[in-house]
Amino acid sequence: MSGIPFDEVLDNSGLLCPMPVVKTTRAIKKIQVGQVLKMIATDPGAPPDMAAWARQTGNEIIAQEEKDGKFIFYIKRVK
Amino acid sequence: MSRSDPDAPKKLAIIASKGTLDWAYPPFILASAAAAMGWEVQIFFTFYGLILLKPKLDAAVSPLGNPAMPMKMPFGPEGFQNIDWPIPVFLMGFPGFQALSTSLMKKTFANKGVATVEDLREMCVDLDVKLIGCQMTMDVFGFTKEDFIEECEIGGAATFLEFASDADVQLFI
Repeated sequence: MSGIPFDEVLDNSGLLCPMPVVKTTRAIKKIQVGQVLKMIATDPGAPPDMAAWARQTGNEIIAQEEKDGKFIFYIKRVK
Repeated sequence: MSRSDPDAPKKLAIIASKGTLDWAYPPFILASAAAAMGWEVQIFFTFYGLILLKPKLDAAVSPLGNPAMPMKMPFGPEGFQNIDWPIPVFLMGFPGFQALSTSLMKKTFANKGVATVEDLREMCVDLDVKLIGCQMTMDVFGFTKEDFIEECEIGGAATFLEFASDADVQLFI
């Protein structure tokens, strides 16, 4: 899965709720529609929160993986 | 309740009525998360919640009156940090105990990666969360708008209710 192309990286390791969601929002606004943000988080609440965030904002998590205690999201800006 | 425009952003209305350090977090955490999801958010600060609008936050916390509050040390080996210290109630009234509890909570939160209340509030401002101070409580406690951060607005019960009546989520904290 690590072969997924992305345009920007945001590392939220070590940060708890609501920081991953808030920082992802800021980062996604800085990329163009259609581009992909790779977001890394260690907060175990991040997977359900990012899923909710994607549903609420209309952006798309195109892939997601868990590696060495890190959650990695590939988020495509749709709106 | 039905919202007239299905494409309009969802709305969150919060009443923040508590000014202790522990209860300072939930309004700002929920507001920033909602705003990050594109929701329109208003927080109405009333009674003790008003002090969360002061430029310099000095919110404190004590286990006195919060019997379920875990008392843990934010330093030392993990086993030591996980001990929940049984503090006798009479000790909680000692001078300096509240300051100690406050600094322990701040340190623990920082260690765990939780943003400070100041940072969370700043994020809310950045995300266009509307912060409203309750005029009536300001009069009662002797605050003026100049005592608060410049981003806040002032309003009363009707101001909050108008927004809340049309909100998808309304919370009293």
